[in-house]
Amino acid sequence: MKPNNKTVSPPLWILLELTHKCPLECTYCYNQLDFANTKDSMSKEDWFRVMEEARAMGAVQLGISGGEPLLNKDLLEIVKKANELKFYTNLITSGVGADISIVSKLKEAGLKTVQLGIQSSDEHTTTLITNNQNAFKDKMAFAKACKDNGLQLIVNTCITRQNIHQIGDIIEMAERLGANYLEIANIQYYGWALENINALLPTKEQLAEAKAITNHYRENRKDMKVFFVVPDYFATRPKACMNGWGSTFLTINPSGVALPCNTANTLPLTFPNVKEYSIEAIWNDSEAFNYFRGDSWMREPCRTCDEKEKDFGGCRCQAYALTKDMHEADPVCDKSGFHHVVTTKVEESINSDKQPLYRNKINSMNIIANRLDSSCK
Amino acid sequence: MQREKFLAVNSHFQLQYEEKQSCYVLLYPEGMVQLSFSAGEIMSLCDGANSCDSIITTLVEKFSNQAIESDVMEFLDEAMSRNWVIYHEA
Repeated sequence: MKPNNKTVSPPLWILLELTHKCPLECTYCYNQLDFANTKDSMSKEDWFRVMEEARAMGAVQLGISGGEPLLNKDLLEIVKKANELKFYTNLITSGVGADISIVSKLKEAGLKTVQLGIQSSDEHTTTLITNNQNAFKDKMAFAKACKDNGLQLIVNTCITRQNIHQIGDIIEMAERLGANYLEIANIQYYGWALENINALLPTKEQLAEAKAITNHYRENRKDMKVFFVVPDYFATRPKACMNGWGSTFLTINPSGVALPCNTANTLPLTFPNVKEYSIEAIWNDSEAFNYFRGDSWMREPCRTCDEKEKDFGGCRCQAYALTKDMHEADPVCDKSGFHHVVTTKVEESINSDKQPLYRNKINSMNIIANRLDSSCK
Repeated sequence: MQREKFLAVNSHFQLQYEEKQSCYVLLYPEGMVQLSFSAGEIMSLCDGANSCDSIITTLVEKFSNQAIESDVMEFLDEAMSRNWVIYHEA
């Protein structure tokens, strides 16, 4: 199947998910609930080939992520290869899971920038969110080592009800760590985060306060650039997810499955594996990558909407997760007939005292087993 | 702008010519700027061994055009304010 009304431009942003193993168990993780089924089956040579093919097509940005990429023993060689190929390299890490000497080796291998996930400005809350007692200490040491080695440091902080009251302290801490940028990302609700939404979604009032604190910082001190990502559950128009399906962004998961976004394999589509097809064939010719290109797949209200070029109907994974039909408009949009699903979730979460489920292998295997049970009944 | 000081591309950025885009691009975390032809010519001379003055001399000669001096100055001011280009301390 070819797109009907768009020429295919090459991918610019490649994300390698080196493993789905992670020493942290954050309840807001976007990884799929059944990640325990994903096997790490990409060899170093497989990753090298993927990078070479993507670079030859014109890709320039490389994200190295997970799970926790520090757990992949080939990480240094992958960074070195990426740098030789002239990718701009971004390591997206928790800072936990490897000896601290890895930082100078990463710098030596040519790494350009580190995006370090920080959950809180204090140890207790970090442990509560990550279910890992060493996390806070390890992250602080990792941040310091990045700066000592001259690596550009971006602090990414994922905001939920568990830490939204700490925004001011987190900003102060990021500045003390010497971050070049701080991204305050109100999490989006996928995977584990969606499962745990009743324990995680902040209120509109909390969000407004967090935004005000961020703006106050921006006005008074300007040395660290601060980005603020709004949670789309409080919006009335969807985000332009991935800048459009198959337009810019390509993820390869630890099994070698190629995806137009990190969570696309929650959709009822079959995604190609890089061990069977070249990146070029996957990007240009595969049915899955062409499926949501252009607008011929759209239904009302998207099809005739004058904003369809702006947001491309929003996120396909969110449409599927909340409406059970991936062709629907993203229900964040208040023109969607399913918008009430989002507003109901917001209302429900306010009054819920549900405890979140940690993202770990045992919980994942239980979820897989429960799904099998219910499909057998 | 101190015209005699050596200039370099900020090491947190990455400057390169991209065949597929037929231009120089400047890469930064999760982003890219496509440089115009003249911006690419100027940026590629910010190699730690050239100053604003020597870049002007080189480009005036290369394009046989005396009038580009103010354009180069203007671009380098802008590039420095965006932190793309910094003074290179030997």
